[in-house]
Amino acid sequence: MGELEARSPCDVLLPITRGGWTLSEVDTGRITSIAPFAGQEAALSGALQTAYGLGFPEPGHSAEADGARILWSGRRQAFLLGPEPDAALARHAAVTDQSDGWAALHLSGAGCEAVLARLVPLDLRAEVFAPGCTARSLLQHCHVSVTRLDDTGFLILGYRSMAGTLVHELDTAMSSLAARSGA
Amino acid sequence: MRLPCPICGERDLREFSYLGDAVRLHRPAPDAGTDAWDAYLHLRDNPAGRTRDLWQHEAGCGAWIVVTRDTVSHAVEGAQLAAEMRDAD
Repeated sequence: MGELEARSPCDVLLPITRGGWTLSEVDTGRITSIAPFAGQEAALSGALQTAYGLGFPEPGHSAEADGARILWSGRRQAFLLGPEPDAALARHAAVTDQSDGWAALHLSGAGCEAVLARLVPLDLRAEVFAPGCTARSLLQHCHVSVTRLDDTGFLILGYRSMAGTLVHELDTAMSSLAARSGA
Repeated sequence: MRLPCPICGERDLREFSYLGDAVRLHRPAPDAGTDAWDAYLHLRDNPAGRTRDLWQHEAGCGAWIVVTRDTVSHAVEGAQLAAEMRDAD
């Protein structure tokens, strides 16, 4: 049997730059879905705090500490990005490795929410959607998780199987806006 | 149309999928008899006015919600998590 080579979801597709905006792929490290068992929310949050210094996030919020990011990802569910899941978490929650299920994209550049405004039915301007805010929504027809990292950048998680479509949609919006701004 | 998800806030209709009348939350007992089960499965009101329907915030948080809205004025009054309503009954 030949040597198999691991390829990231957007290996041959990214990075791209259109006008002042760049879309690149991010290596998030391990992606772990954490869904608390009934009545275990507080205990889970404590275990997360002990292991990573991060509590279980409120809906629409994310937090980062020491290379670990916790991201609200749905009703009674969060994603831990980066480290291996601490063994204590499994006592309080359903813990599932989803690392290979997601394509992680970083859209950056001043005013890049204008690109997402064409694709995502949410108000993502910084005064409404501040750094650390996260949402599950649609990017055209693709289900995504969108998180604002800072004033000029978003983390977009989409299904790995839809990576090509995600990049195509974002490229089209970036190119179109870049053309209109004469960049 | 925009729907108020109790978890995510007001969101665009395209993020939701529709199931039907919230009467589905009130499942009869297994031995409730054929009339009760017939009504549960097949009989629906068709009100001009206030309705309560089950929707799923499928492209958002994933929660099932019960939306109260008016089929005449199209006003949306509000929404509650279906899980909380079921627990309250």
